[in-house]
Amino acid sequence: MPLVKGGKITADTFVPVADDAELPGDGAILISAARFLGDAEALSRRAGKLGVVWPNNRDVDDLVPWLDRLAVVALAFPSFRDGRAYSQARVLRERHGYRGELRATGQVLRDQFVFMLRAGFDAFEVKKESDAEAFAATVKRYSVFYQPTGDGRITALHRRMQLRHSESAGQ
Amino acid sequence: MYAYDELDRTLINERVSEFRDQVKRRLSGELTEDEFKMLRLQNGVYLQLHAYMFRVAIPYGTLSSVQLRRLAHVARKYDRGYGHFTTRQNIQFNWIKLAELPDALADLAEVGIHAMQTSGNNTRNVTSDQWAGVAPGEIEDPRIWSELLRQYTTLHPEFSFLPRKFKFAITASAHDRAAIKVHDIGLRLHKNAEGETGFEVLVGGGLGRTPFIGKTIKPFVHGHDLLSYVEAILRVYNQYGRRDNIYKARIKILVHELGIEKFAKEVEDEWLQMRDSALAIDDAVIEDIRSRFSYPAYEKLPHMPEELKKAAHDPLFERWRKNSVFTHKVQGYSIVTLSLKPVGGPPGDATADQMDAIADLADQYSFGEIRVSHEQNLALPHVAKRDLPALWKALDKIGVATPNINLVSDVIACPGLDYCSLANARSIPIAQELTRRFANHDTANLIGPLHINISGCINACGHHHVGHIGILGVEKNGEEFYQITIGGRADENAEVGTLIGPAVPYGEVADVVEDIVEAYLALRARPDELFIDTVKRLGVEPFRERVYATR
Ligand code: HEM
Ligand code: SF4
Repeated sequence: MPLVKGGKITADTFVPVADDAELPGDGAILISAARFLGDAEALSRRAGKLGVVWPNNRDVDDLVPWLDRLAVVALAFPSFRDGRAYSQARVLRERHGYRGELRATGQVLRDQFVFMLRAGFDAFEVKKESDAEAFAATVKRYSVFYQPTGDGRITALHRRMQLRHSESAGQ
Repeated sequence: MYAYDELDRTLINERVSEFRDQVKRRLSGELTEDEFKMLRLQNGVYLQLHAYMFRVAIPYGTLSSVQLRRLAHVARKYDRGYGHFTTRQNIQFNWIKLAELPDALADLAEVGIHAMQTSGNNTRNVTSDQWAGVAPGEIEDPRIWSELLRQYTTLHPEFSFLPRKFKFAITASAHDRAAIKVHDIGLRLHKNAEGETGFEVLVGGGLGRTPFIGKTIKPFVHGHDLLSYVEAILRVYNQYGRRDNIYKARIKILVHELGIEKFAKEVEDEWLQMRDSALAIDDAVIEDIRSRFSYPAYEKLPHMPEELKKAAHDPLFERWRKNSVFTHKVQGYSIVTLSLKPVGGPPGDATADQMDAIADLADQYSFGEIRVSHEQNLALPHVAKRDLPALWKALDKIGVATPNINLVSDVIACPGLDYCSLANARSIPIAQELTRRFANHDTANLIGPLHINISGCINACGHHHVGHIGILGVEKNGEEFYQITIGGRADENAEVGTLIGPAVPYGEVADVVEDIVEAYLALRARPDELFIDTVKRLGVEPFRERVYATR
């Protein structure tokens, strides 16, 4: 699956390591939540960047103590119909101030990119090559947003208020 | 009326262009039907028995004449010349071609209409009292809050892939015309002891396979906190709502399984962590929305104009006026309900010509405004009383002045087996038969207010659980049978009806309803005891006896 990061298709520098496989001594790795929590203290002191794949039915609170040691949190969309990871993403970004890479994995399609970006994702393991190629065009589709989320985009409600203020200031 | 500005219009247009691209990718095979399904549902497009069905939103039931004319245009150009108003303040078209849908949406977008989230597992069209803004005694116009919620729920980046559909309804009147107790979230605007306006929040109501009456989760949420509180509910539901079983995925099941206290605590914990976030809305924002609603420049008019006194000599006019004309908050004005339940007609249908004519009459007599009710009727909300006689003649000419509002032939019915691929039985022909049986106005008037609701399957699109008489189509050995419930209601005292006995075959349904009505006439304590109150007082037993004694 192609990885889109910073708006472009990029090579994934993180190596997924299965739960029963041996860990490389260094280098960037991606491991499961279960494996990570099994020995979080040691793993977070390991040389090399660490990423965790977090299931969408597990409370992200368990991850919170370790957030500043993680380079990647990958959240799962087992089906594009299952939107639990959107909530997890917003909670991690907006409530817990997670600033590392937030990666969407699983059934990631072009029609979800805008929602995902707005929820705080910044990296996308895209299922279809054609969707990955269309990323830049797709995310520009919308210019108006109704809800405040942590992505910093101003909502229509507040844009209207600003427009009013600048109008009345200009009079 | 609420006026969409450049920002709202831009968003709708962006949505149309996205959908055009999605349809193109579907037609080229780039998207599978499974992938496309969710996308088309989010744009109101179902695949039905005969064709694609297209459901268009009418947020909080308010339409301008320009918008209604455009709906007529869509009916004419892309469909077979009619549309079907539904119990969720939407309009459905049954015969649209997929390839033409983006054009139909683009035509609608020009007048600020869209089909966003009229289906799919997301927050749906926000519904409200069809008398919002004109009902005497309402706390304030609930559409200001409905509009706030419309914006908040549209393309929400966290809640567009919920476990299941999610419906909001709002009322600001003591008498609930929005059926808030059978919605996922019901909101009742009221004032607390300090005189502040806020919401009683109900959660977990709904019909379908497992009907529930909503429970109060919080008696008072200040308007400033409405969005953060709603977001907390949605977030808890998104995380903990069941996804393993489609029949258990609605929030009502989560609330039921956890219990309302436990659910309320989860929500409270979530809410306390975010109530001061960017979702907190201040008065300026609310004022800004309020300022984009325009209200008619009402004249100072007499309570009883000459025209009305004169017309009162015409018994046909009087009959209609007593049935279909309601008190307005401004003296000299009335709210007029237009019946989409003519004798022998499918409930809720309107032809393109009728829609055009109603739009013209709205311009002439109701400041260009039309309302859609969950009973599948229309209303003109600001009619000067002096114009009532002329309006009546015009409405009668186009077949929407049947004086049966709230009477036994004002039947609510889903499309059933005639259109719906999920149906077990027909609904529309039963409704048609009932309107014929009870066509005599004097008899119907003698019976008094009585709501019959019909659904063609357990999904309950016709709200059969909350009909005073509810009729539910089931299938037995390949034949259409119907379960009959009585005692349901959808208002502020909402209740789910009780089954009166074994299901009856198609051919007997109308007879059974007549039996029930006759039993009521014999049993009621006084002529003004309503059907629903008689059932409450006596229970179902005497009705069961009357219906099954001879069957
Ligand atoms: C013809 C296409 C239609 C289809 C395929 C359809 C499908 C469904 C399904 C599957 C449900 C059950 C959902 C659940 O409980 O989770 C449902 C419920 C409902 N539908 Fe429809 N429907 C259709 C048309 C309509 C129409 C025409 C109306 C209005 C007249 C309507 C209004 C409703 C309402 C009010 C509910 C109950 C919602 C609740 O439990 O809160 N639907 N529909
Ligand atoms: S109640 Fe059943 S038959 Fe009627 S419209 Fe809904 S899904 Fe179709």
